[in-house]
Amino acid sequence: MSQLAAKTDADAHGLAARLNRWRRTPIFYPLIGFALVFAAMALLNDSFLSTSNLINLARQASIIAIIAAGMSLAILTGGIDLSVGPVMALSGTLMAGLMIAGIPPALAIAAGLVVGAAFGAANGLFVAFAGMPPIIVTLATMGIARGLGLIYTGGYPISGLPAEFAFFGRGSVAGIDMPILIMLGVYAIGYVLLAHTATGRYLYAIGGNEEATRLSGIRVSRYKLLVYTLSGTTAAIAGLILTSRLMSGQPNAGVGFELDAIAAVVLGGAAITGGRGMILGTLVGAMLLGVLNNGLNLMGVSPYLQNVIKGGIILLAIYLSRKRAP
Amino acid sequence: MPDLDAVDNIFLGREHRNRLGLRARRSMRREALALFARLGVSLPLECPVAELSIADQQFIEIAKALSLEARILVLDEPTATLTPSEAEQLFAIMRELRSQGVAMVFISHHMEEIFTICDRVTVMRDGEKVGGCEVATTDADALIEMMVGRRVENIFPEPRSDSDPNDVVLSVASLKLTPDGPEHAFDLHRGEILGFAGLVGSGRSELAMGLIGAMRPAYARVRLEGSPVKLHHPATALEHGIGLLPESRKTQGLVLPFSCRDNISLNNLARFKGPLRLLDRRQEARTAAELMASVRVKAPGPETPVGDLSGGNQQKVVIARWLGHRCKVLIFDEPTRGIDVGAKSEIYALMKALTARGVSIIMISSELPEILALCDRALVFHQGRIAAELSGEALDSPSVMYHATGGLSS
Repeated sequence: MSQLAAKTDADAHGLAARLNRWRRTPIFYPLIGFALVFAAMALLNDSFLSTSNLINLARQASIIAIIAAGMSLAILTGGIDLSVGPVMALSGTLMAGLMIAGIPPALAIAAGLVVGAAFGAANGLFVAFAGMPPIIVTLATMGIARGLGLIYTGGYPISGLPAEFAFFGRGSVAGIDMPILIMLGVYAIGYVLLAHTATGRYLYAIGGNEEATRLSGIRVSRYKLLVYTLSGTTAAIAGLILTSRLMSGQPNAGVGFELDAIAAVVLGGAAITGGRGMILGTLVGAMLLGVLNNGLNLMGVSPYLQNVIKGGIILLAIYLSRKRAP
Repeated sequence: MPDLDAVDNIFLGREHRNRLGLRARRSMRREALALFARLGVSLPLECPVAELSIADQQFIEIAKALSLEARILVLDEPTATLTPSEAEQLFAIMRELRSQGVAMVFISHHMEEIFTICDRVTVMRDGEKVGGCEVATTDADALIEMMVGRRVENIFPEPRSDSDPNDVVLSVASLKLTPDGPEHAFDLHRGEILGFAGLVGSGRSELAMGLIGAMRPAYARVRLEGSPVKLHHPATALEHGIGLLPESRKTQGLVLPFSCRDNISLNNLARFKGPLRLLDRRQEARTAAELMASVRVKAPGPETPVGDLSGGNQQKVVIARWLGHRCKVLIFDEPTRGIDVGAKSEIYALMKALTARGVSIIMISSELPEILALCDRALVFHQGRIAAELSGEALDSPSVMYHATGGLSS
């Protein structure tokens, strides 16, 4: 991938060159930012570094992280997906509702994932084939998904879910919590897609210059459709974890999640205009937000002030990234 | 600002104001008229400038500069989009301004313009000044030698080749871009370079875009090697071995943040699929390096960002992308625009080499010498129509200009 590569073949050797090459990857500064915030929180809180707290932190951050993985793809192509929060809530409540109605959990989960993917595909159709701006399309479907979720549930949470469904939010495999495992799985797939397939390269190309990509003979519309479908799917996966962790379908869940996901992508070093970024950077960005949330909570900082601090850090990060951008 | 009229364009951001703080249109209008009088042109003041000719738009830009009391004007390739008579008008204005004491920097790659209008000349190469002198003391050959850094005998390859007119590769029986638009029809022979001549904006690029399906034509009946084809997307065109190298390298041709390698392999990735459909990066790098070498891209390495290269090397990267395919037809849209003489001659040689391999080329060019030297035949466009087909002896400079300007100039 171009971002990973050294400028010339000659300086591809030696420690200094290796460091230099690292510095040019979009993930370098996010990692430093993460390390700084992490160190600060560890110094300010005695309990922050405990294993149970760190696992708790990762588990809490996993939902935004999974949504942000799909958001990364949309932003990479120069688009955005604002509908992720309501799509997550709709998928989650649908799973809950179907299980209450006696449908086996496996089927209910599948139906929820399909609905999330379908919502994403609808976004993709409008963006890719009708040529509408993603921010407008997903703003509209954001309202539609939220409304449908509320209509479906009548506005009330759906609880009384079968006990085995708790596995996805509260269970663990080989000592690792399921939300964290699922998150790692999503990022592994995302990494292979972006770094090791032709499709991934096309997504970078579309974000870098959509017209040139199209004229060179790439079916840009298909790949955009894919991107929004995947974003809807990751939102639905987040809905699965959230519903399972709470053991209830919450029609009002996920308010503002799209903004946290966008923040994670941007903190992860991606260009909001597309064409530049790494999915592992987004994971770092999501964990950075998680560390902030967790650390500030431990310090007893009021939620109101937390918003101010998080906003300030995002502004600072973007300011620094613009200064070093080519 | 295409949607504003001439007066608003001239005074944008420093409008005259009346006592209420509103725009004082009348006084701006008066001053605009005075500026145009000084230039010796008359223009409609009230219509959006997008509706005016390119030449008139340039005169408005000049008037704007004058309204700033400019003592120095920089004109960057101002004649690229003008007809010869419009260019003459521009030169007349420049002479008038010179007599009024305005100094002008005139950037051009047209030798004859330098000798028509300039007093002194500075030659630039690779971002550096390489020489300069009084125009009266030099000649075109000396300037070209300075530009290229070596003696260039003849930048064009050997004379036109003979392609077989009975061997039609691409036959456009009828193509309409819009339902009410003109109907285009032409044939392309195997191994020929067919010129699309005409002025900028005469509809050549649009036809090319319609042909490969980048713009959906209203109606198209096209045969490729005898069998009917439907080209409704550049990807379909690519599958049929038809490629377009677009007019604007930076906005239509290249993914600028990408490296040379990523740009070259952009539409070649399908060939590098290994097990599990994952990319075989090693093979990709090898092929890209080979293609780069075959067109002689001058770059530190395949990982160099393509945006760091000169125009000529960027164009070679775009060409390399298509060499990885077995193309039957390649459409070069203004292949040498903004490219130095040395790279130009290399690109001509590449095009010739392609035709020798049986590739048929359509070359859209506003550079008449290029059309005359490289093409076997040329279609001359005027206001969206094919006004004439010229070949052999009939393909000469006066007849191309005659048809390109609608039979107005002689």
